[in-house]
Amino acid sequence: MGRVSEDASDLIAADIGAYLKQHETKSLLRFITCGSVDDGKSTLIGRLLYDSKMVFEDQLAALEADSARGGTQGAGLDFSLLVDGLSAEREQGITIDVAYRFFSTDRRKFIVADTPGHEQYTRNMVTGASTADVAILLIDARRGVLTQTRRHSYLASLIGIRSVILAINKMDLVDYSRDVYERILNDYRAFARGLDIAHIEPIPMSALLGENVTRPSTTMPWYEGPDLLTYLEEVEISTRPVEAPFRMPVQWVNRPNSDFRGFSGFVAAGTVQPGDAVKIMPSGRQSHIARVILDGDLPYATAGQSITLTLADEVDCSRGDVISSVEAPAEVSDQFETTIVWMNDTPMLPGRSYLLKLGTKTVTASVTALKHKVNVNTLEQVAARQLNLNEIGLCNISLSEPVVFDAYTTSRDLGGFILIDRFTNETVAAGMIHFALRRAQNIHWQAVDITRAARATQKAQSACVLWFTGLSGSGKSTIANLVEKRLFALGKHSTLLDGDNVRHGLNRDLGFTDTDRVENIRRVGELARLMADAGLIVLVSFISPFRSERRMARDLLPPGEFLEVFVDTPLELAEARDPKGLYKKARRGEIKHFTGISSPYEPPEAPEIHIDTRRTSSEEAADLIMRALEERGVLGGAPG
Amino acid sequence: MPDAGSSGLQAVAGLTHLQRLEAESIHIIREVAAEAEKPVMLYSVGKDSAVMLHLAMKAFAPGKPPFPLLHVNTTWKFRDMIAFRDAQTTALGLELIEWINQDGVARGINPFDHDAYTDIMKTEALKAALDHHGFDVAFGGARRDEEKSRAKERIFSFRSADHRWDPKRQRPELWSLYNTRKNKGESIRVFPLSNWTELDIWQYIARESIPIVPLYFAAMRPTVRANGLTLMVDDERMRIPAGETPELRMIRFRTLGCYPLTGAVESHATTLPEVIQEMLLTKTSERQGRAIDRDTTASMEKKKQEGYF
Repeated sequence: MGRVSEDASDLIAADIGAYLKQHETKSLLRFITCGSVDDGKSTLIGRLLYDSKMVFEDQLAALEADSARGGTQGAGLDFSLLVDGLSAEREQGITIDVAYRFFSTDRRKFIVADTPGHEQYTRNMVTGASTADVAILLIDARRGVLTQTRRHSYLASLIGIRSVILAINKMDLVDYSRDVYERILNDYRAFARGLDIAHIEPIPMSALLGENVTRPSTTMPWYEGPDLLTYLEEVEISTRPVEAPFRMPVQWVNRPNSDFRGFSGFVAAGTVQPGDAVKIMPSGRQSHIARVILDGDLPYATAGQSITLTLADEVDCSRGDVISSVEAPAEVSDQFETTIVWMNDTPMLPGRSYLLKLGTKTVTASVTALKHKVNVNTLEQVAARQLNLNEIGLCNISLSEPVVFDAYTTSRDLGGFILIDRFTNETVAAGMIHFALRRAQNIHWQAVDITRAARATQKAQSACVLWFTGLSGSGKSTIANLVEKRLFALGKHSTLLDGDNVRHGLNRDLGFTDTDRVENIRRVGELARLMADAGLIVLVSFISPFRSERRMARDLLPPGEFLEVFVDTPLELAEARDPKGLYKKARRGEIKHFTGISSPYEPPEAPEIHIDTRRTSSEEAADLIMRALEERGVLGGAPG
Repeated sequence: MPDAGSSGLQAVAGLTHLQRLEAESIHIIREVAAEAEKPVMLYSVGKDSAVMLHLAMKAFAPGKPPFPLLHVNTTWKFRDMIAFRDAQTTALGLELIEWINQDGVARGINPFDHDAYTDIMKTEALKAALDHHGFDVAFGGARRDEEKSRAKERIFSFRSADHRWDPKRQRPELWSLYNTRKNKGESIRVFPLSNWTELDIWQYIARESIPIVPLYFAAMRPTVRANGLTLMVDDERMRIPAGETPELRMIRFRTLGCYPLTGAVESHATTLPEVIQEMLLTKTSERQGRAIDRDTTASMEKKKQEGYF
């Protein structure tokens, strides 16, 4: 079989050694194919594999059988069956997930990310595009530039693909008309002017018949450009910039013994050789490269290689740091303007805290402002309070500590990040850094001389936050009130933050949507922290329905100072009590977003104190909490 | 960069496809070492495992990979595989954990009589080994070009507490950022060779002079024909089909597994270049020699949902 051209087959047969030598120097091009459901995307890839002889006889036999059984091409081969891998996809005749395909020619190896066309799979297209050099955008010649075409072009430009092949397909169905081709091309160019795509290469083709796919078409003499495969073999590969300043995020500190200390990582940009002066970011410490190692010593290494470096000095350097050139070290910041592509069913809420992974560093982050979202079909900017699945927004984000970065347009490796949900651990978003916000450098933490421990000691107690969570009407405020009376009687200094009361003042501007609930708790968490800093015992009585925000409030305090009190009253019981008549109103639909009725409550998984109000009276609950405070030394005076 | 131009660095502007694949795999392996609690490398002794192991050695040179190797031994592997395995791990100074489903052995489970053989001695054994040792991340040598459902699997592929793969709930995998966080009980299979093809594997073996099991090279070996496959009579436990007598044939293997289930190809390729030459000129895909794939088109997808590696 020639999975290669006939010349190559001859060479393989005649001189395998020469063939291998020739093929060791092949380059690698990664591209994505996108287009809507019926544009013939799978057919095109099937055709590329088939024509480049990547289909084996046994696969071909299976394809023939499958085509006869479930194909859409009558008696002909249905190439799309070669690539639709999951059985759910085959049944529905659509592509659900990104699939990766491989083929090679005498000149290049290709990795194809085959990405689905439906709007609900925006996340898959972004996934596939994130590692691609080039995008092939399919257009059905009969239908021209469609909404999907615009969406895919926008996503491709957003993710930084600078070279788009406009594959105007199904030319056989429009009589190979040059007019049709040029009309579509003009439409597309007019639209694409608003995007950041450096090069557009239009190719008229018929994937089904193989015209202009792997061989020049004889039916379209008016077209003088290359066929698709020729173009793919010749297009410049936008690999990581070798000319750019050196960057290597430290992935792993290699210490096999006390004589060797190496820093392993993937070179994101530039080149490196022994003797180079480098800066370790974010610390800014300087050293020189002693050795560049793969399994033996290398004279130099370039962007795109995984290597190990040793330094001339014993400087502090660990995973998450970035070894950079001295002349142009990478920047450091903790606040950014970014574009975020939301990829999860649970919406992004500003203020909620997520994990952010950038390079080899993971920190916590939250969106401080959602400036607008982008309608991916019209590119219009739309005001929004949250981002839903497959929505894209311009967001300011704030990180728990500064990270080393480059703008995404400079470096995908140091400018692209993912967000991870702290409870489900799912990857919920992809983000791209535009620039650092200056504020980060201008607001400094003011050091003070009287510490929080000193303030608490003065009051003969240690500071803590008792965080009461539970449904409306569960008895939180009643119990909190009893506890505070006892603390007061013991001469302890406390304060009580009550959900209803705080909403009259500090949080008067917030409603009850998920977004506002997140902000409500964020503010109260910060407030509780300030009061704990003052040495107080802070009682917080808030429904606080979401785990994420309770976790955020917990993380604001030193370990052991946050005690979560779960006032556990089943919905039926709380509703039966209904002290404020709110459940009745909610059931009548007069209150929107009511926790337990029309808005979720996520019970704590491991509260420090769990009160089952079916078995425990309010007085008993207060006893329980006082004992817990006693045991933790909160009342004893000595700070913990 | 001081004097980048004068040191001849411009000449290296483009990495070759093997260099890019190697760099990606090493990056993946190091990322697991940095973030996993207790990783392990599944070592099947085949050519893909050999490449994966070679990459792991490179990733941590001059040190050793900070994780052990795990070999799930069905007790029906080719003898040459076991000998090669032991010699390799000793030479490299690596820890090898061998896991045998002793219950299956006691029950006399064998590839001739039991349809559930692969499930019991391989799939179940692997799950038991991972659970027993508490490994949270396991490297596997699978490649996306092997089979259609593999083409859609992530490099970091999550398994539920009972080791099931849910193809509809895969995490998006962006750039080279891998999310290694998981919930209690969940584990991750990581495939550093995802983007390699069979040809890449062979070219890399040739370029790096990676040792592989001699069974990949043609030699005269005792064989019988059964169920359309040419099988090697590797020891006295082989059941000879009625009417067959073992015959010496010049054969080699494109993949290695349990000898009663692994079909040989007749071949005269006794050197690496000849093997590659044969591979390039051959007309069937490498999985054809494996009995496991041929039931239904979706069989691998189903098997993986059930926990097959």
